Amino acid sequence: MKKIFERPKSMYAVSTHYCPGCGHGIVHRLIAETIDELGILEKTVGVAPVGCSVLLYNYINCDMYEAAHGRAPAIATGCKRVHPELVVFTYQGDGDLASIGTAEIIHTAARGENITTVFINNAIYGMTGGQMAPTTLIGQKTTTSPFGRSSKEAGYPLKMSEILATLNGAAYITRVAVNNPKNVIQAKKAIKKAFETQIKGLGFSLVEVLSQCPTAWRMSPREAVKWVDEEMIPYYPLGEFKSPKEEG
Amino acid sequence: MSKKTLMTGNEAIAEAAVQAGCRYFFGYPITPQSEIPEYLSKRFPEVGGCFLQAESEIASIYMVFGAAGAGARVMTSSSSPGISLMQEGISYIAAAELPCVIVNMMRGGPGLGGIQPSQSDYFQATKGGGHGDYHVLVLAPSTVQEAADLMMEAFDLADKYRNPVMILGDGLLGQMIEPVEFRRRPSAARPAREWTITGAKGRSQNVVKSLYLKPDVLEQHNLDLNRKYQKMIKNERRVEAHLTEDAQIVIVAFGMAARIAKTAIKILREKGIKVGLVRPITLFPFPYQTLEKVAEKVDKLLVVEMNLGQMIEDVKLGVCGKAEVHFYGRVGGIVPSYDEIVAEVEKIVRKRR
Repeated sequence: MKKIFERPKSMYAVSTHYCPGCGHGIVHRLIAETIDELGILEKTVGVAPVGCSVLLYNYINCDMYEAAHGRAPAIATGCKRVHPELVVFTYQGDGDLASIGTAEIIHTAARGENITTVFINNAIYGMTGGQMAPTTLIGQKTTTSPFGRSSKEAGYPLKMSEILATLNGAAYITRVAVNNPKNVIQAKKAIKKAFETQIKGLGFSLVEVLSQCPTAWRMSPREAVKWVDEEMIPYYPLGEFKSPKEEG
Repeated sequence: MSKKTLMTGNEAIAEAAVQAGCRYFFGYPITPQSEIPEYLSKRFPEVGGCFLQAESEIASIYMVFGAAGAGARVMTSSSSPGISLMQEGISYIAAAELPCVIVNMMRGGPGLGGIQPSQSDYFQATKGGGHGDYHVLVLAPSTVQEAADLMMEAFDLADKYRNPVMILGDGLLGQMIEPVEFRRRPSAARPAREWTITGAKGRSQNVVKSLYLKPDVLEQHNLDLNRKYQKMIKNERRVEAHLTEDAQIVIVAFGMAARIAKTAIKILREKGIKVGLVRPITLFPFPYQTLEKVAEKVDKLLVVEMNLGQMIEDVKLGVCGKAEVHFYGRVGGIVPSYDEIVAEVEKIVRKRR
């Protein structure tokens, strides 16, 4: 019988520890497919974050660092400067990238560091049990904004892609989602383009992925994918904010 | 460069790093050590090295983490407040067992403190500094020549133990100019580094990490690290004993304070008071045994530090109640003069009579 769908070679044959309906597993797979299709497994290096995806190296089988919270772009910088020939990517959540590691991501992008960042924005701190994130929406209830995030007290959610797109060093900045098949296909294209941007040496690339976290959102997986469409995308519009010039 | 040249301590440390094969520097400017990044930003392009001024000390230490994990000879340098910012990363580097060299040219604290020399980071440097059970190897030079020598050796020690090595100097050592000679060493091959991040080509995945969620696994990791620290304690203790053989009183001091103490000792001996010096060169591991032996022969020791009494705790552990341990320290960036040390010794000796 002809095999028409299989596990990417860049993934271990194990089940993930992620909750039902979580977006991490989908994004891991898209990265692994990209690594396979570009034939770069032997020269790819990942930097895992602190958060639910800290065990990224148990799923994707390239060489990997495990970073401290927020510091993945600095570690990626150190690695890339030593081995410019390797393809280096960071995988970071919203607390990691948009809160504790804001300085690192901004300056890595500003330097035009030739690495790729996959940024999972699920508007919440998932691993620690659902606290307010820098990307938590106004009115969104979390365990540390039990009455809904109020802009008066907690300010406004950060639009990281829009911020990073203002930097000269950033080559490719885009926002995608993984809440339905159409968006997943689009996300895959974006991740592949981001890796290609790095391989061509064009500078910093980042794919922001709006991802569902049903457990911390206290929703069913079905409600969660709907919430991405109805609440997240209106505030965090999908699309390319910056694209390499030669691509047009 | 085999003949003597005049250099500041900071420049000598930077040149020694280059000659030891260090090709990666990540750092952030801070007084009184900015001459190290300045020197390397000019020097590295000549040898194909990579100098990168990071956005913060936090980013600097994680760039060091990344480069060390990738197999490079790498360093950073800073001064007290900047080293405090790096402590999280130093803990991660120690946990992941990555070799690197960190230079701390201490200034007075706490807080923003001042920019003048101090030795008030002794506790932070020798007792861990960041979270968790770990140690960095700490080397305390007291001349520009020794700073260069220890800097070269620091990279080998870092490789040998897969552990961060700290050069603990102060603003005075960094700024003063002395003749220095870069002694060519036999080019020791670096140990095999099969654990490094190079891309999983022809081998399975390498992971540089510090997370161990299972308590029994994390306990074993801690025990393994501790075995390494015990090896350092056994093999790397270094100390200078100066005129201790006939001494009636012994001064214990490290770095710049020890150097000033030597002048005081000369004056005191001219006055007929036989004073010796014990100068720990490694602060971790600390030479407790030397202090223990000294305490068997003399009944009074004077610890001199540019802080309010930090190393004295280790001296007391070594002496173990067998001798009186006195203390003299200056802080806030004030360097004790030899006159003050002479007067302090005379006071202690007079008391005995």
